[in-house]
Amino acid sequence: MTDDDDTRPHMPLGLAQRGYTGVIQHLSAKGTGSALPDIELESRLIELGFVEGARVEILHEGIVGRDPIAVRVDNITIAVRRREAMAIIVA
Amino acid sequence: MEAPLLHLALVGTPNSGKTSLFNALTGSRQKVANYPGVTVERKEGFFVTPLGRQVSVVDLPGTYSLRGRSPDEEITRDFVLGKASGERMPDLVLCVADSTNLRLTIRLLLELKRTGRPLILVLNMFDIASRRGITVDVERLARELGVPVVTSIAVRKGGTTELLKLTDEISAKLDPEPQENTWRALSVAELRATQREADRIIADCVSLPSRPDTWTARIDAVVLHPVGGLLVLALILFVMFQAVFAWAQPLMELLNSGFDALGELVHDTLPAGLLQSFLQNGVISGVGSVTVFLPQIIIIFLFILLLEDFGYMARAAFLMDRIMGGAGLHGRAFIPLLSSFACAIPGIMATRVIDNKRDRLTTILIAPLMTCSARIPVYTLIISAFIPARDVWGFINLQGLVMFGLYATGIVSALLVSFLIKFFMLRDYAPAPFMLELPDYKMPRPKSIAIGIFTRAKMFLQRAGTTIFSMMVLIWFLASFPQPPAGATEPAIDFSLAAIIGKAIAPLLAPVGFNWQIAVALIPGMAAREVAVAALGTVYAIEGGKEAAEQIGQALATKWSLATALSLLAWYIFAPQCASTLAVIRRETGSWIWMATTFAYMLVLAYAASLLTYNVAVALGAG
Ligand SMILES: Nc1nc2c(ncn2[C@@H]2O[C@H](COP(=O)(O)OP(=O)(O)OP(=O)(O)O)[C@@H](O)[C@H]2O)c(=O)[nH]1
Ligand SMILES: [Mg+2]
Repeated sequence: MTDDDDTRPHMPLGLAQRGYTGVIQHLSAKGTGSALPDIELESRLIELGFVEGARVEILHEGIVGRDPIAVRVDNITIAVRRREAMAIIVA
Repeated sequence: MEAPLLHLALVGTPNSGKTSLFNALTGSRQKVANYPGVTVERKEGFFVTPLGRQVSVVDLPGTYSLRGRSPDEEITRDFVLGKASGERMPDLVLCVADSTNLRLTIRLLLELKRTGRPLILVLNMFDIASRRGITVDVERLARELGVPVVTSIAVRKGGTTELLKLTDEISAKLDPEPQENTWRALSVAELRATQREADRIIADCVSLPSRPDTWTARIDAVVLHPVGGLLVLALILFVMFQAVFAWAQPLMELLNSGFDALGELVHDTLPAGLLQSFLQNGVISGVGSVTVFLPQIIIIFLFILLLEDFGYMARAAFLMDRIMGGAGLHGRAFIPLLSSFACAIPGIMATRVIDNKRDRLTTILIAPLMTCSARIPVYTLIISAFIPARDVWGFINLQGLVMFGLYATGIVSALLVSFLIKFFMLRDYAPAPFMLELPDYKMPRPKSIAIGIFTRAKMFLQRAGTTIFSMMVLIWFLASFPQPPAGATEPAIDFSLAAIIGKAIAPLLAPVGFNWQIAVALIPGMAAREVAVAALGTVYAIEGGKEAAEQIGQALATKWSLATALSLLAWYIFAPQCASTLAVIRRETGSWIWMATTFAYMLVLAYAASLLTYNVAVALGAG
């Protein structure tokens, strides 16, 4: 983690634009509106490598509502919908 | 004393090369492709180690954890935990990792350790890792994990030597006392802790140069562009369907004249009579009329295999996710539906990767509406007989365009049906999440493409030789017996069983413009769609008598109206003419009801579409 990560505002990855890069601060599955129960959503995100401290970058967006997004997590690329990405808090 | 059979299992994250490794070890040809979720079944194979130990190895669907969220992941979980009925637990689990992407596999490995099974970590795709400058301190990794580690290159000759050596060493000193299984579903906190632990170990043992795959990034910039990406996808599909029609033509004509020459040879060498009629009309006209479509089948498979191996499929799913979401389909449904262009059966099996039950069911119900390769013979035959081979706008073949239209109608109606299912049956539909790894592109390997095509071609020909052949014998028999009474003036076929059966059903099909010959061809067409073509070939060949040297397409062009031809095309878009697909639906949904539903709704759609097409065409003067 670099110094400016601490000073940047925290935001859900689901709101970030294409080209955004940041570091995962924590996961918060509550109130994202995902069809999955909170615990299940959080487990799946962790299983795909979305854990605190991981570097993320939004590489691509879909055409309908800029959704889903293709996210680079360390050195793999994962497609997720913005709704689920709301659980990933980044800065 | 001979050592007992050693049981191995291949476990790992999706797309890490488990099936490639399985094929390399056992010499099998299971399906390998560059997207997550290719393997959805358990497959067992056998081999002998360099030291002579007999080994059984089981290939399993890829999974990120042992929680088993979808039907394919449950297979892996149950096998590893020994829950599968009548199954023994593996003696040794090979945890297969994609060396360029170790985080998720090492987490999985830490979870696997709790099962108490002896483990080996296989760092597969080591060639790619080396090329990218990734270095792994294998000894240290083994020490920190407490598990033997070995590198492998599943797709290269000799790439599994180290693994075999290690297997021999380990199997010699396996502890006969089973270790305790302390696995239970991990809590979120435990998951997080194991991922942290995995990341720490990787930081210690693996050096990653920050050199991502620039090729993948460059291609994705175009292929995943919100607008450009969709254009590329449309273009790929369009070229694919055009190619099926245009590229295959010369080869098909060659095959066609080959079968004609063969038929004439039989006609000229054998004395007129039943044997001559059986060989010429039953076997050569029937089986030949289907076999000529081999080039088209090969082309469609070539396209699909290339897309799969290149790594495009997951991208297409990404592009289509929200668009299909509008019709109530999940993004993960895209790959099964695209595979259904080849054949609905593997397509329906591939829906196992969809974890949400309703999403999966919807996908299964509409998969048969995708234009499978067995429809190609029917479409091609009718199109070439009735649609002029003109170019429109200078470069698009009109016949290819009609073909594309038929494919498009299938796709659009699948989306409509899915929309109706969502609207009427699943009102409280909440979109299940879409999470999919997009693998790096890989250059398709000619050998694997060749094997893929060879396998499909063989299957197609085997079907022509078995199902289609036996149906042809039946049709020939029905169309030839009973023989006409002496002195009869009508064509001989009018006295046959086929005519009697066909004429009995024909009134039902008269409103859609089908004559009795079509009616009788549709019955064996239930076994497999392309049989209808062969059956028409036989019926018209027998009906035409001795002077019927003309090809079946020409026969149709003189005997059917354009309206009838179009109506039959419409029928084939929808009709549930495939017994094996229905059987797979029954198996995968575990219920007769869904099978019956599929059959009924497709039949209703087929009849309605044909009725509409026929009447509109007649009204427009094509009757
Ligand atoms: N260069 C290279 N490519 C490999 C290697 N092993 C597998 N591949 C490729 O990686 C892709 C995935 O291989 P599969 O064997 O289908 O992977 P899998 O683990 O069975 O995948 P799932 O069944 O989806 O879980 C294919 O395109 C293979 O050709 C390897 O050692 N080196
Ligand atoms: Mg596999």
